[in-house]
Amino acid sequence: MNLRAVRAIYEFEMARTFRTLMQSILSPVLSTSLYFVVFGSAIGTHMHAIDGVSYGAFIVPGLTMLAILGQSISNASFGIYMPRFSGTIYEVLSAPISAFEIVAGYVGAAATKSVMLGVIILVTARLFVPFGVQHPAWMVAFLVLTSVTFSLFGFVIGVWADSFEKLQLIPLLVVTPLTFLGGSFYSIHMLPPVWQKITLFNPVVYLVSGFRWSFYGQSDVGVELSLAMTFVFLVLCLLAVRWIFKTGYRLKP
Amino acid sequence: MPPLVPAAISIRNVGKRYASGYQALKNVELEIERGEIFALLGPNGAGKTTLINVVCGIVTASEGTVLADGRDVVKEFRRVRAEIGLVPQEITTDLFETVWSTVSFSRGLFGKAPNSAYLDKLLRELSLTDKRNSKIMTLSGGMKRRVMIAKALAHEPKILFLDEPTAGVDVELRRQMWDLVRALRADGTTIILTTHYIDEAEEMADRVGVINKGELVLVEEKTTLMKKLGKRQLTLSLTRPLAELPEALAGEPLELSGNGTELVYTFDRRGHDGNVSGLLRRLGELGLEFKDLATRESSLEDIFVRLVSTP
Ligand SMILES: Nc1ncnc2c1ncn2[C@@H]1O[C@H](COP(=O)(O)OP(=O)(O)O)[C@@H](O)[C@H]1O
Ligand SMILES: [Mg+2]
Repeated sequence: MNLRAVRAIYEFEMARTFRTLMQSILSPVLSTSLYFVVFGSAIGTHMHAIDGVSYGAFIVPGLTMLAILGQSISNASFGIYMPRFSGTIYEVLSAPISAFEIVAGYVGAAATKSVMLGVIILVTARLFVPFGVQHPAWMVAFLVLTSVTFSLFGFVIGVWADSFEKLQLIPLLVVTPLTFLGGSFYSIHMLPPVWQKITLFNPVVYLVSGFRWSFYGQSDVGVELSLAMTFVFLVLCLLAVRWIFKTGYRLKP
Repeated sequence: MPPLVPAAISIRNVGKRYASGYQALKNVELEIERGEIFALLGPNGAGKTTLINVVCGIVTASEGTVLADGRDVVKEFRRVRAEIGLVPQEITTDLFETVWSTVSFSRGLFGKAPNSAYLDKLLRELSLTDKRNSKIMTLSGGMKRRVMIAKALAHEPKILFLDEPTAGVDVELRRQMWDLVRALRADGTTIILTTHYIDEAEEMADRVGVINKGELVLVEEKTTLMKKLGKRQLTLSLTRPLAELPEALAGEPLELSGNGTELVYTFDRRGHDGNVSGLLRRLGELGLEFKDLATRESSLEDIFVRLVSTP
């Protein structure tokens, strides 16, 4: 194990975050806070409680998930896309470092940022709406698992993309709709029966549901299923990353 | 029996076909000895960068193997790459980083424990000490290039690849670069540089390899190469221009140039020296007068042009 190399990449990426603190931490925190103000405090007071949880509190886990998904993908994809774009990737490729170590450095840093962001958002949310966490250990587990999984997904996108447009494409066209339709703002039991079935094909439903369960002990789908689906996605991403390094896809001509 | 001390780099039957289908390298066989300066010479697009990148792990070879210090560069990449440094052709660095942080990053990436004393010394040798905490984007082109060298040397490699180190560099920096290369060699570092400047190879290299269209055309000691292929030319400026070569001189290695104002005599360095006086005598007999004469040795450049232009 070349731990020094993992650390070098990790620290480089973390330094990049702190250099661009506005963009990486403040802006998602700000936009999420706006959601809480509008949906939680303003509109939320006129909404019915869902399963005994006030609407303001109900949307906290979903909104946190939404920010984490988006930031994991954009941080990790940008982290590996930039060196490819600028050419500095040559140094990583010529270094005595394995594929696993490269991924550990880049994805580890992106996931760390996401977890930090999640915590900051939850603390911020607490200022707007009162809520408690029933299963803190599970909450942390879901937070970390989702951050790692979607940072891996972001890494894959960052390797696949060969332009800045493509870098934005998947997050914009796929991830944003899926997160908005993933039950962040509603319980899927509120949907018409047909849509209750269709929505089960949306992987984000499982993430949000599991995460919300760790807060309030209630979920749209079983928590075991949530966990299993997250793992499935994690494994898919790992396979994609393994394939990338095996074939050299877009990293090594 | 294999030699007791393996070559610094041993390239065996390496071929590279890019995904586009372009065959950038064909059956390249090359041994680079420890401690030498090897110049890989070739026109643009010859495959110099591709070959270096295959050795350094940036491009995957389609065929063949590369050994460094007797170890396979793919199978034993950890051991091998820790000993190799690369200064790529293009200046590519993280513009927002400081010189110090980028150099420390390189050292860490190659698995070496932090050593500020060494990095300080390195920056001093490259005249970068006062730019230590400057962001790279604020540096001049020449300084950026030296930062690239500092990054490549940050992990104390035994083998250094310099891909066109002096392309687009001013005379002053070029001199500095050459001095640096000599100093590194004196410390025992093996150096492989690519260039399309002949005088660079002529000035620096112990051995020269010529590559063209992906094929290694020739590998030779520089001095041997010069001896073997070096021609001498005697140019006589005629007082009265000639329309054509006189009949009596046919069969001699003579050419008329400069619209008939110059007579050029080409001969091997070895053996034929006596003929010059013979030639001059015969010119006198023919009544051909000349107002000036000059001799020159063909440079590596001429040799090179001859090598790569023959089909
Ligand atoms: N990634 C690539 N895909 C396809 N062709 C490439 C790639 N990189 C280089 N080439 C081609 O391979 C040939 C050799 O390139 P290169 O090794 O960079 O030459 P040199 O360094 O001698 O100028 C060129 O014709 C170049 O266009
Ligand atoms: Mg080149």
